[in-house]
Amino acid sequence: MLRELRPALVLIVMFTIITGLIYPLAITGIAQIAFPHQANGSLLVKDGHVIGSSLIGQTFTDGGYFQGRPSATSGPDPTDPTKTIDAPYNAANSAGSNLGPTSKVLIERIKGEVDKRKAENANAPVPTDLVTASGSGLDPDISPDAALFQVARVAKARNLSEDRVRRLVGEHVQGRFLGILGEPRVNVLALNMALDRLAPR
Amino acid sequence: MTANGWLQIIVYFVVLTALVLPLGRFMARVFEGERTLLSPVLRPVEIGLYRLAGVDATREQHCISYTIAMLVFNAAGFALVYALQRFQAVLPLNPAGMSAVAPDLAFNTAVSFTSNTNWQNYGGESTMSYLTQMAALTTQNFVSAATGIALVIALVRAFARTSAKTVGNFWVDLTRCTLYVLLPLAVLGALVLVWQGVPQNIGPYVDATTLEGAKQTLSQGPAASQIAIKQLGTNGGGFWSANSSVPYENPTPLSNFLQMLSILLIPAALTLTFGRMVRDERQGWALYAAMSAIFLAGVALCYWAESYGNTNFAALGLDPANMEGKEVRFGIANSSLWAVATTAASNGSVNAMHDSFTPLGGMIPIIMMQLGEIIYGGVGSGLYGMLLMVIVAVFVAGLMVGRTPEYLGKKIEAKEVKMALLAILVLPLFMLGFPAVAVLLPFGLSSMQDAGPHGFSEVLYLYTSQTANNGSAFAGFTGNTLWYNTTGGIAMLFGRYFVIIPMMAVAGSLVAKKTVPASAGTFPTHGGLFVGLLVGVILIIGGLTFFPALALGPVAEHFAMLTKSTF
Repeated sequence: MLRELRPALVLIVMFTIITGLIYPLAITGIAQIAFPHQANGSLLVKDGHVIGSSLIGQTFTDGGYFQGRPSATSGPDPTDPTKTIDAPYNAANSAGSNLGPTSKVLIERIKGEVDKRKAENANAPVPTDLVTASGSGLDPDISPDAALFQVARVAKARNLSEDRVRRLVGEHVQGRFLGILGEPRVNVLALNMALDRLAPR
Repeated sequence: MTANGWLQIIVYFVVLTALVLPLGRFMARVFEGERTLLSPVLRPVEIGLYRLAGVDATREQHCISYTIAMLVFNAAGFALVYALQRFQAVLPLNPAGMSAVAPDLAFNTAVSFTSNTNWQNYGGESTMSYLTQMAALTTQNFVSAATGIALVIALVRAFARTSAKTVGNFWVDLTRCTLYVLLPLAVLGALVLVWQGVPQNIGPYVDATTLEGAKQTLSQGPAASQIAIKQLGTNGGGFWSANSSVPYENPTPLSNFLQMLSILLIPAALTLTFGRMVRDERQGWALYAAMSAIFLAGVALCYWAESYGNTNFAALGLDPANMEGKEVRFGIANSSLWAVATTAASNGSVNAMHDSFTPLGGMIPIIMMQLGEIIYGGVGSGLYGMLLMVIVAVFVAGLMVGRTPEYLGKKIEAKEVKMALLAILVLPLFMLGFPAVAVLLPFGLSSMQDAGPHGFSEVLYLYTSQTANNGSAFAGFTGNTLWYNTTGGIAMLFGRYFVIIPMMAVAGSLVAKKTVPASAGTFPTHGGLFVGLLVGVILIIGGLTFFPALALGPVAEHFAMLTKSTF
């Protein structure tokens, strides 16, 4: 056993140096040169301020913006740091609801979301992704159906024609990779930034 | 279910199968000590490491010294991971100012990463410093994977050699695996992931002011380098808390495809490495076929269950396809495929929340782990688990025809069968024993998030995952308590090392046997009949052991859901 001690100690230290320090730091160096935008979090900057990341969803409550999916993330309570409170789209604490399929809490939460959506648009079926929480709580996307569902509300709030807003949604639909992988989707933040450019408020 | 969904599943399987041959042959060359394409660069590093460590690369080890070397190395790794967590507050590379990790959580995490489990009772972005993520966790992602692969190579040599004493040198296998197999694939994978949008920096968290004027803190870090190896080494521990569902960890459908591919790549290719090293590639393909049959059946069932969806959604007028806990960019097909792949292998990373899967959709991952993660399985551990199951299958076949069973020319006798069964029985002891105790204890019950049968499924999932060294979770469950940190750590230790020790005993016994030439009475182990028998044995052993527990959890919940009951 003792004859194995030296190789064990030497190799764990050497592999920590090779795979735990040199490897990640070398990748960091290459990434910072080759893909600086992605390597630093795909940040979006407007007027010198970081307004978010194109990959990370944000909360939108204003009716004049397209809204993303419900988010189950939480954060520390500002008045009592030992407690946590709901903090949607908290990008420093990713989480899904993790509620099971027969959870009363889940079904009641979804029912509340459905009622809210029906009040805003009674003419179309409510898309499921618009009333279910994502796995990360940071989903930047909604389905094309979920975007189209909100067109009437957004158009009214922005004094735009529904056709114009619908066309804007169409321009922001990302298809499947090579027509095969993934699902069609609309990045909510990108769509809302385009909306601000189209009809500034 | 959609035609495109099936197409994505088929494309995935075809690409995986196409990569088995080149990677499998490459790994065989690495472990037989031959020159490879990478030798001009890596051979000097390799020799330098042996010199520093005082390793004589030409001296092979007996089975017992091979196992001891592995255990000493893992113990040293455990100590280092524990220490780095406890002292992270005073060590460098800690821009977010993380404090020291609590002792029970540090113990659980250290066991978790050295045993290739990557169960996480912590959230990465809110607990670990960059130094801990890199030097402790990323390092173990490499060496715990290399440990598993080294062990299976020792077992394969035991089958391949005739009347021999030694099974190789652990230090050589560990070093060559890390340098020639894991490191190059990880470098490639990490750079592709950064290109797709995964962050790779050591800067502070970024404060953004959102379009509506709210403050959003974007956590950063050296993520891509850790994610690439977490998938390749079937580790699965996420950089961020919600793992590969987080858009930073898995930004696009392409990154998702490549990560899923990395999960099964090495375990699948090892079947061919095995075939190559025993000088009959058909033997490897037969194991690949048996694994694939169960894998594809699992994917089909899970995809069907998630598409059929939640009856309670339909009652609200919604499309019932289950999008709770799933990401829009991946959808139902990719989430189901990932869930089965990650539990077939001992990976445990997730791109959707398994806790929110439908009852039957969530049962498939549990079954995949309960079968012992031998459907491709963990790197190394999957194949040695499968070879133990092969021993039981040829034993059953031998009983049926009244002949001493043989596999690859080696007579399988009482000792091998007893040791194989011992290794197989360790799993149900902890997968079922601990939940039985936990549901009787008040502090066991208080961690459940959901009431009704789903609460039981959460406990069952937790111990199943930790014993099988998977690491995925029904994550609504509060695992970070003294009871669950401790018992979970024990389950991970036994689930890893008490399978390895009997397995290495089998290797020690087999390597000394002479190889008998095949005769007319030999049962061929590369044909359809053998594959069918093997699949049957796996399903019968798994089914008989675990069905009663599954009936109490997921099956009961499924029928409750159909009657629109909630708890």
